[in-house]
Amino acid sequence: MPTIIEAKNLDLWYGQKQALKKINLEIPERQITALIGPSGCGKSTFLRTIDRMNDLVPGVRVEGQMLYAGEDVYSPSVDVTWLRRKIGMVFQKANPFPMSIYDNIAYGPRIHGTRKKSELDEIVEKSLRGAALWDEVKDRLKKSAMGLSGGQQQRLCIARALAVQPDVLLMDESTSALDPGSTMRIEELMRELKKDYTVVIVTHNMQQAARISDRTAFFLLGEMVEVGPTDKIFSTPEDKRTEDYISGRFG
Amino acid sequence: MDHNEHKETRALSSSRRAYDLILRGLLYFCAAVTCLLLVFVIGYIFVRGLPHITWELLSTSPSYIKDTIGILPNIVNTVYLVVVTLIITLPLGVGAAVYLTEYAQNKKLVAAIEFATETLTGIPSIIFGLVGMLFFCQLLGLQASLLAGSLTLVIVTIPTIIRTTQESLKTVPQSYREAALALGSGKWYMIRTVILPSSIDGIVTGCILAIGRIVGESAALLFTAGMGMSMNNFFGSVDNFVHSSGASLTVALYVYARERAEFDVAFAIAAILMILTLVINLAASLVGRKLKKH
Amino acid sequence: MSNRKYYDSELEALNTALIEMGQAAADAVENALQALCAVDTAAAAEVVKGDTRINHMERDIEHRCMTLLLRQQPVASDLRQVTAALKVITDLERIGDHAADIAEIVPHLGRMNQSSEPALNEAVQMGRNAHQMILNALDAFVRQDEAAAREVIASDDVVDDAFDAIKRMLGQKLAHDPDEVDSVMDLLIVIKYLERIADHSVNLAEWVQFVRTGKYKNEDIF
Repeated sequence: MPTIIEAKNLDLWYGQKQALKKINLEIPERQITALIGPSGCGKSTFLRTIDRMNDLVPGVRVEGQMLYAGEDVYSPSVDVTWLRRKIGMVFQKANPFPMSIYDNIAYGPRIHGTRKKSELDEIVEKSLRGAALWDEVKDRLKKSAMGLSGGQQQRLCIARALAVQPDVLLMDESTSALDPGSTMRIEELMRELKKDYTVVIVTHNMQQAARISDRTAFFLLGEMVEVGPTDKIFSTPEDKRTEDYISGRFG
Repeated sequence: MDHNEHKETRALSSSRRAYDLILRGLLYFCAAVTCLLLVFVIGYIFVRGLPHITWELLSTSPSYIKDTIGILPNIVNTVYLVVVTLIITLPLGVGAAVYLTEYAQNKKLVAAIEFATETLTGIPSIIFGLVGMLFFCQLLGLQASLLAGSLTLVIVTIPTIIRTTQESLKTVPQSYREAALALGSGKWYMIRTVILPSSIDGIVTGCILAIGRIVGESAALLFTAGMGMSMNNFFGSVDNFVHSSGASLTVALYVYARERAEFDVAFAIAAILMILTLVINLAASLVGRKLKKH
Repeated sequence: MSNRKYYDSELEALNTALIEMGQAAADAVENALQALCAVDTAAAAEVVKGDTRINHMERDIEHRCMTLLLRQQPVASDLRQVTAALKVITDLERIGDHAADIAEIVPHLGRMNQSSEPALNEAVQMGRNAHQMILNALDAFVRQDEAAAREVIASDDVVDDAFDAIKRMLGQKLAHDPDEVDSVMDLLIVIKYLERIADHSVNLAEWVQFVRTGKYKNEDIF
């Protein structure tokens, strides 16, 4: 699998505090890569560095390189709007806008200049189908998205992210607020999505990483301790710290 | 020892019960006095004012020849003040609030501005009137006119608009901002399409509160908008629109009570103002609730 | 509709792989018996070669089970299915080994043939019974049919009795004709293997109850 995202000697500081230390990590295309580690280990920070959502935090400073399709996302020539169109993000808590289901999905395409109703209709249907939500909401597209259940809202957010046709989907603990049934549906969805997209997930749930990811990277105290195929990480990790963490002995 | 202690706690509990009872009685008394005062004021004004509200009073201008009193010009002036003030204060206030919550990076500056607006809300309005008179009427040469009155009211209401809008912007979940930005939205696009629509309830509430403030304002208008009692023809000429002086309902109330001893008319106006205030407050809470539900 | 289509399909695939392996082991026994009947050296060699395939199948199923345990954290009936699969493949692999072992003996039987040697005839009949036991046990396992499993376990007595009978026959033969010691010993080993094959089928059948109820030999495992 070719690499689509690559961090090279990536350092990140929040003010004086160094949150990421010399991270080197390659993320292969069309696979699910899971980032695991205890709270505050830097896995979420790393994820938000990929699509530059960290820019919103005052006092953040990045050194080293974060390459997307061979281009450093922190180079001045990179248009953040373009970057975030190519790299979609789904958050911990479902965050649909207080608008209709249709307008939620159409939000992204409208930013990027799609105005024609027929085109938008097509994108909305395709995205909702892609997120396995179409059949449940096709009769109430004009109703408020806030009326959906938690699991449906999160799938709506996935559909909204898909609507701008990204290459990569970043998911920041996107199932941690959901019940097991909804979680499994979304995991099933991720498995479908990896046929067309590169998926990077951050999860506190090691079982989840084991269930769905192809590769797993273990973060600890701002460092990336170990990365490898998920089967390998969960059966014969090389680093003692990885073993202790995945077996629940600390963290 | 043990026995004694037990006794002591029992004694204490009975005295505490008495204390409780007295305190509760006092609180009831306070509440009763407050309610009675309120009922008395409202009742007194309605009893004295309502019988004098006639169609003639509401629909005519005062006439020396016929020796009749009408408050139509004052109603029209009040509407003029409300509309012109809002047209100026709303974009200014909402814009300032958006800047303070969404754009401003300097936390100290924001805190200072917030403190200043808060202080502005607490300043007696006669001071605004004084400043308005010196600045708008004399320095800018607007004389006592409805425009000068409106501009003064802009200063009076802008803190309210900023505050309510800011409060409302702050309640918009951070996750909406993240979601919009993560989709590649620019900052202003995000504010226009997500943040402002989600905080529309606060903005409308602020608007209604501002209207209430304008309708109820008298001190700031005495010197600035003047006491003209005749009907203004705002659409006659630009000059009329800018320079005509006119008393609002509250100022008219002052004039009739203080200078003409027409207490019946004064009470009628008072009753009208009370009803207006009631309606505006009801509208504020109704609109707030309705928009919130969405 | 299930929330875990992928997981379900993996479990289904495990089941299919298990059936295939069981079928392969049973076929190996059948082919070994055929070779034994006809004293067909070439067919016997095929059976010996085929054992590698069964060993590979065992590896594959082990991998599937461990991956399922590692990744999907199966519980309840899924857990019982996966752990039982891990156990029974050992038996199936042994059955395959014994079939190969029998096939390895076939060339040594030399001149012996069914018509001239009643013990061989009996052994083949015993083998057919053992073969049927494998098929029945596999069927009971797949359908999770406890009654059928109990029948398989009971039918082991038939094979055991046959083993004793043939052993006695061979003893008499040896007493009568000490020169035949080699072929008698070979045949004795063959029937021992067949008896073991039947035992492994019994083991397989014994896991049926566990998969269904969580009890193994009527005792709670959990």
